[in-house]
Amino acid sequence: MASKHSLGRLALSVLATSAVLASAACGSSSSAAGSSSAPADDSWNTKGPINYVQGKDTSGNVKSIIDKWNAANPNEKVSLIELSESADEQRAAMIKNAESKGASNYDVLSVDVVWTAEFAANGYLAEMPNVDTSGYLKAAVDSGTYFNKLYAFPSTSDGAMLYYRKDLLTAAGINAAPKTWDEMKADCAAVKAKGVTIDCYGGQFQKYEGLTCNFAEMVNSAGGEFLSADGKPTVNSDKAVAGVKWAVDAFNDGTIPKAALTWKEEESRKAFQDGKLLFLRNWPYVYSLANKTDGSSSVAGKFGVAPIPGLTGPGVSTLGGHNMGISKFTKNKGTALAFVKWWNSAENQKANTIATSNAPTWVALYTDPELTSKFEYLPVLKSSIDNAKARPKAVKYGDVTLAIQDAAYSALNGQAAPKAAMDSLQTKLEGLVK
Amino acid sequence: MAVTTAERAATPTKRRKNAFSDGQGTLAAILLSPTLLVMFIVTGIPIVMSVTESFFRKNDGIDPVTGAVKSGTDFVGIQNFTDIFAHPATVAGVFGSMDRLINAFLNTTVFTIVCVILETILGVIMALIMAKAFRGRGIVRASILVPWAIPTIVSAMMWKLIFNTSGVANKVLGLADNPILWLADNKYSQWAIITADVWKTAPFIGLLTLAGLQTIPAEVYEAAKVDGANAWQTFTKITLPMVKPALVVAVLFRTLDTLRMFDLPYGMIGPNKYSVETLSMFAYQEAQQTRYGQAAAYSIFLFFYIVLVAFLFVKLLGADVIGDEELRAVNAQRKRMKELHKKQAKATKAVRTTITSGGSAS
Repeated sequence: MASKHSLGRLALSVLATSAVLASAACGSSSSAAGSSSAPADDSWNTKGPINYVQGKDTSGNVKSIIDKWNAANPNEKVSLIELSESADEQRAAMIKNAESKGASNYDVLSVDVVWTAEFAANGYLAEMPNVDTSGYLKAAVDSGTYFNKLYAFPSTSDGAMLYYRKDLLTAAGINAAPKTWDEMKADCAAVKAKGVTIDCYGGQFQKYEGLTCNFAEMVNSAGGEFLSADGKPTVNSDKAVAGVKWAVDAFNDGTIPKAALTWKEEESRKAFQDGKLLFLRNWPYVYSLANKTDGSSSVAGKFGVAPIPGLTGPGVSTLGGHNMGISKFTKNKGTALAFVKWWNSAENQKANTIATSNAPTWVALYTDPELTSKFEYLPVLKSSIDNAKARPKAVKYGDVTLAIQDAAYSALNGQAAPKAAMDSLQTKLEGLVK
Repeated sequence: MAVTTAERAATPTKRRKNAFSDGQGTLAAILLSPTLLVMFIVTGIPIVMSVTESFFRKNDGIDPVTGAVKSGTDFVGIQNFTDIFAHPATVAGVFGSMDRLINAFLNTTVFTIVCVILETILGVIMALIMAKAFRGRGIVRASILVPWAIPTIVSAMMWKLIFNTSGVANKVLGLADNPILWLADNKYSQWAIITADVWKTAPFIGLLTLAGLQTIPAEVYEAAKVDGANAWQTFTKITLPMVKPALVVAVLFRTLDTLRMFDLPYGMIGPNKYSVETLSMFAYQEAQQTRYGQAAAYSIFLFFYIVLVAFLFVKLLGADVIGDEELRAVNAQRKRMKELHKKQAKATKAVRTTITSGGSAS
């Protein structure tokens, strides 16, 4: 018989842990995927109000796009639902909506390119019927495709660029951006020989998704591959290991400062803007920020952009961007599809690019004179995206990216030799990608 | 009041079977039922759901033609628990390569032991300072309590700036040229977390200890003075024993709290960093990967760990969490009754006894 006293003790310990347990119990709805039969065609004609869901609108432009749609379609109003700024939390919220069969009323979702496989395979997204994707970036269309079916419409893309200090290179008598890693190292030596104290190269090497992107570029730019054409992991090939070895050596000989192991996008941008870096690998958003003349950047007007370098030739960027998917549980699929097509029309993408400087997916915009005069980096970005490789398409992408980050971080930190790190990554990927 | 109730409870009447019942059991049950109901809804049901969840696993096979994940969940029994040992997922933390859960368990334990010891020492010192009467005591008390009042995630961000590669910590330690990467994933990250946690929660122990200190009557100290005790003797023979009940409860709360540590390492160092990953962080990461069954299993592992530690605390250190004197008196009485009954049984002759003594309530 439990006395009142021991019951009290139990209650105390129960209280202490219930918070932890409750968090695990939240996602307990069991089955969600449902049978993935071909989409019933008549469901694509229903019209009515819908919600558009994306991460926090940092550009402030989304509202005006939606207002424009609402003015033209008063009976099919679109409301904006803004999620967290953090990609992980956006993904978690979207999964929660789907696992509860659309309880959050998310209709159109802004889906990161790496979520497509997971969302499509679990039946979170509706397969899009008869959509014409000609005229859009091939890589972007592919990123929204799973098992040869389109689940997310290409909306924005992204590719890495090499930012370099034009002023310092010119002063050292160098007129072109480096095309290979060795050229880059030689350029650094030349600049340092002039008596300039500056770190050579920086990227995003903190342990998070950005590390996966940077690490993939090291492997791909050396001629390696994560997955072969038939989808088998090939990360411990000689070429892949050579790419990793270059990065490890670069950390050891100081080409990449040790501090870069704690850098995400913003930390590396800050180092470049403060004039501490000669070369920076980053996304296009840095361009306008580093060119700000309000005193926040000490390199405004002093830098140029180029495609990222590789081991023996131009490097291979990692493909980024967001596509627009339609929830399987939405009622007004007709409106949702029309809205997605309208949003990504050439005209709207152009307006959005001007307002937000996001990379468009409509190919013709990269040579649009109005855009190229405003964003001088667009041709460079186009070549970056044209060459870009997607990260592995995997239903368990969360596990895949963590395995990659584990291998990358242990190699770059010097805890594991490049070959050993890639061997263990190969084993893990063989279990994850089948 | 406690004594009178105990006495009333001890006075036997012929109507009642239970000598300790004051006849208000039904009323007590009615009055307590709303609380118990709420407790059942907010803690009972989630625990039962978590336990159920931990026996299931999401189906993750992929249809080779459509690429769709097979739907539903499978009952896997205790496999979510046994897989910790049967199929370890090896990660490299500060303590070597081992299963991710074991690594998280070790991190949690080390954080708890180191943090709580340091916090207790600092907390007691803080309490002793706060208890002294001096000019500006209010300001000192307020400033000691400030770290505790700051939300954990905010202090995580603050300490992240301090431990940045080019941050204050490296400058103060004279490491600006060859900086320590506190925010990477190494043994220094652990010390960064410990520093931040001690800074943040030593005031909590200080506050509870201060409350205990203020219940010690001044006469005892005067007596010690008269007897010629020095400061150290006064502290170890008077202050410490008399503040012990309050201190033990404070330490217990901190221990249970630190075992659940999540936001500080998550906000400061980040997720999936094995040198600072605690059990609750690991469970959260598993839930993020939609492996709710495994996440529930690991939460239950943590749950039992915390229950065990709480139990040991109460047993070994005698932490009096409930602090109910009446209950203690009744229990003491009950114990005496039992012994009495035993004696009677031995004597094998019915001797009518009347209990006259009240509870030994102090």
